[in-house]
Formats: sequence, structure tokens, C-alpha cells
Amino acid sequence: MSSQQSNSVEQKNTDKAIGWLQIQLPKLVLAPSFTVILLFVYGFIIWTVYLSFSTSRMLPNYEWAGLEQWQRLWNTLTWQTALDNLLIFGSLYIILCLVIGLLLAILLDQKIRLEGGLRTLYLYPMALSFIVTGTAWKWFLNPGLGLERTMQAWGFENFEFNWLIDPNMAIYTVVIAGVWQASGFVMAMFLAGLRGIDNEIIQAAQIDGAPTWKIYTRIIIPQLGPVFMSALIVLVHLAIKSFDLVIALTGGGPGNATALPATFMYSYSFTRNQIGVGASSAVFMLITVAAIIVPYLYSELKGSKK
Amino acid sequence: MNKNSQENGFRFNLIGRAVIYTVLIIVAVIYLAPLFVMIVTSFKSLDEVRVGNMMALPLEITFDPWLKAWQSACLGLDCNGINGYFWNSLKMVVPAVLISTFLGALNGYVLTKWRFNGHHVAFGMMLFACFIPFQIVLLPMSQVLGWLGLANSTSGLVLVHVVYGLGFTTLFFRNFYEAFPSELIRAAVMDGAGFFQIFRYILLPNSGPIIVVTIIWQFTNIWNDFIFGASFASGESAPMTVALNNLVNSSTGVKEYNVHMAAAIIAALPTLIVYIVGGRYFVRGLMAGSVKG
Repeated sequence: MSSQQSNSVEQKNTDKAIGWLQIQLPKLVLAPSFTVILLFVYGFIIWTVYLSFSTSRMLPNYEWAGLEQWQRLWNTLTWQTALDNLLIFGSLYIILCLVIGLLLAILLDQKIRLEGGLRTLYLYPMALSFIVTGTAWKWFLNPGLGLERTMQAWGFENFEFNWLIDPNMAIYTVVIAGVWQASGFVMAMFLAGLRGIDNEIIQAAQIDGAPTWKIYTRIIIPQLGPVFMSALIVLVHLAIKSFDLVIALTGGGPGNATALPATFMYSYSFTRNQIGVGASSAVFMLITVAAIIVPYLYSELKGSKK
Repeated sequence: MNKNSQENGFRFNLIGRAVIYTVLIIVAVIYLAPLFVMIVTSFKSLDEVRVGNMMALPLEITFDPWLKAWQSACLGLDCNGINGYFWNSLKMVVPAVLISTFLGALNGYVLTKWRFNGHHVAFGMMLFACFIPFQIVLLPMSQVLGWLGLANSTSGLVLVHVVYGLGFTTLFFRNFYEAFPSELIRAAVMDGAGFFQIFRYILLPNSGPIIVVTIIWQFTNIWNDFIFGASFASGESAPMTVALNNLVNSSTGVKEYNVHMAAAIIAALPTLIVYIVGGRYFVRGLMAGSVKG
């Protein structure tokens, strides 16, 4: 009898435990991923921020140095070049990708017979690694053997194209390769947006006899606002992160002509033994990205709550 | 009002349509040109590369550049070609994709069907992790990998890619499961199904499309990664992208453009195949996502 009683008490306790487990299970399942993100993302961010205020050079150390590394960063000529380049590259890359992406999407949206095939063609560069893309374009733009020679062989004897080795023009070759790679992706986003637009308004405008270009500029494109926003976020974020493409295409050169913050951070941290300066450049990159991403994510999440 | 104007899209005259097709086809040719040049160059001998036109088809097709790229090209002092690095990438990408996809599915399931207080904060924090520039984690990560004894190893790269892929995989599954009817889950709970049973027998069987999208996304991202590979795995354990860059950019002496192009195509093949085979589903998934976003 008493053993039975204790049995049932035990049973109750186990039930309780199982009940607790059932309630907590979702949190327990999420916990490992969440912990990993907490440590490897947010913990590492704090760590890098701290390094940017330390005396770290060849090896990381934790001696406080105040703003020394930050001053050193802003006094570095290459960093100034990298920021200028990011501005040139980023703005051209984003504008060209948006314009070309939108135009291609509008043209593809005209009931084109080969739509599926063409769409695949425009998108395939996105599947390639930036290292492959850079290698391909490096060969394509090779001043001695590539486009220049081909055009000359086709009879344009005065054709010159040596941007790849011209310090003033090299950054534009990065823009060309970057736009080639990403514009198809932007096209796919716009195409999806175009397909989502309500046809009734368009038909009404058509019946009223509005010309096609007016329908696009007055009715359709304004409705693509959210797609513009998503595309812009993706492109800004890609531009700031651009690293592989530059490494493979120009190696940051000639000289420092195509250095970007991402390549600057890598070379100062890993080859020039200036970990502190590298860390502060990384923090700067994070701040730039966060300034754009956080308000966007905030509005998105708030929107989805409603 | 005739029947045609009921349809979507616009009617252009013949000239208009000709212009549209011409533009689209010219753009297609431009997009294809670099790939075309890579392929023809990889089948030419070095002499032919040097004297001939980049766009010209090879006069004499040779497979030597491919063989050399695969098994005897020199990367620094080591002259065994890129095949070892190709396997490195494969050994890295398969476990990393499977683990991150599985965890993303579980996370998405919890964040939509088993919400708790603060789930918005948890998701927001994971979402932001998708967008950080990886430079911010490079220095601490290389230190931690050293402590764990995973520096310069494929397992180290698997860990890195799982960690930084979690944000995206969680996002994909969360958005997908958001639309999954919660009544079904409630009914299953009434019938006494547990947390994992519901996941295993109700959600997973219906997750086909999003699993495909996530796997394609993760596969291409991880295969194409360069910065983590270059920072955490040098020498023997380097992935394919790092090896290709070493081959192309640091080879001393004669630049063997034909070998470089063959190696670049080999490096691009897995993602191109995945894209061609699964691209249709991927575009569909992307479109679903971007319409929402």
C-alpha cells in the first residue's frame, strides 16, 4: 500500500517533469542555435570592438589603448582610398544593377516566348563564386590578350581597353564584373514584383488610352516600392561586403587603386600584422551595414506583427 | 473593348516587339560572353591562346589544360593540381548544408508554431546575423578555432558555415512555416502528438519546396565562400575557391590562361549544376520570398 502510494507520488513527479519538459521543449530546441548566435555573432562583435581599442599588432592582446588604433586607421592613406572606392563602386554598382534589373524585368514581362530560358541566362552569374567571376573577367579584360586584342582583330585597330591596369580606371572594371554578376538577381526580384501587381488598375488605364510608358512610370513602377527597398538592401550589403571579387580580379591593385574596406581589413589583420587597425576597420564596416539594415529589419518585423 | 485587352501585358506593334527581342538577345549574348570565352580558352593550347582571338573557337581541341588543372598544376610548391581542394570543398559543403538546414527547420518550427515570450527578439537577433559583414567576426573566430584545435581543418570550416548559415536557414523555414495552418498543429496536439512527432509527421513531409530552396542557397553560398576559407584554412585544407585564387594569382613564371580557365570551370561546375537542376525551384522560392519582403 505505502509502496503503491510512493509509486504514484513518483508517477506524479515524473508527469510533472514531463509536463515541464513539454512546455520548455521548444525553448530547449531553439537554445543551441540561439546560444551559438549569441556567442559567435554578438560575443564576437564585442570582442572585435574591444580589439579595436587595444594595442594589438601582430597578436591580439587586451591592453587598453583608447582611440589609438582608430586614429591610426583614419590617418592611413589606403583607408581613405578604400572609402572613396567604396563610394564609387557602391553607388555605380547599386544604380546600374537597379536600372538594368528593372529594364530587363519590364522587357521580360511582355509575354516573351523564351522567358524561362532568358531568365535562366541572366541569372546564372549569380550561381558562380566571385572568385570564378573575377578570374573570368580578369581574362576577358586582359589588356594584351582579351577584349582589346579581339576588337583589334575584328578590325577596330585603334580600340584600347586597359582599365584593368590603369589605376584611375581599375575600380570601374570591378563595377562591370559586379553588375554582370548581380543584375540578373535584381531582375528576378523585379519580375516577381511585376507579377504581383494588380491588373485591374492597369487595364483601366489601358482602356482610358494611356500610353504604355505612362502606365509604367505612373502606375507600375511606383507600386514596386517594396521591391526597390529589398533590392537596395541586398545590394548595399553586397557592396560593403565585396571582397572576393576584388581579390580575384585586381588583387586590390594596381597599387591600392581598387582597395575596398573589406580588402583593407583583411590585409591589415592577416598580412600586415596590424590587428588593432584591422579590427577598427571591421567595426566601421559593421556600423555602416547596421545603419542601413537595422531600421529596415525593425520596420519589417513591426510590419509582420500587425 | 476587345478580347485581347482583357489579358495582362501590353500589345506592341511588330517593330516594338522586334526591338524588345533584339535588346533581350543582345543582353543574353553579353551575359554569356565571359562563360563562352572561358570554355573555348580551356580547350586551346597555350600557343593558340597567345596568338589567337579570344572569341575564336579552338583550331585544335585539347584536353590537356583540363588534365593539368585537375592533377598537375602547381599551386605554390605543390604540383598536384586542384583535385584535392575540390574534395576539401565537397567534404565541407555536404555536412555544413545538412546540419544548418536541419537546425533551420527546427528553429523555424519553434518560432512559428511554439512561440514563447520574446520570440520576436530571438528571431530579430538571428535575422541581423544574416547581414553582418563577416570581417567583424574574423579575428575572434580564428582565435576560437585555434583554441578548439580546428584551425586549418575542414571540420573548422563546417562549424563556421553552420554558425553563420543559421540565420538564413531559420529565416527561410520561419517564413515558410508562417503560412502553414496552425489548426493542423492544434488538432495534432489534441490527439496527443508530441513536439517532435508533429515536426516529423506533419511539417517535414510538407516542407519539400523550402528544403530545396534552403539546400540550394546554402550549397552555393558555402561552396562559393572565399573569405572564411582564406582566413581559416590555408595550405592542404583550403577549399576550392582559395585554391583557384592561388593558382590564378600567385603562379610564378608563365601564366597558363588555358589551365586557369579549366580550373575556374571546374570550380564553377557544382554550383552551375545545382543551379541548372534546381534553379527552377529556387527562382520560385526566391520570388515567393521577395514578394513577401
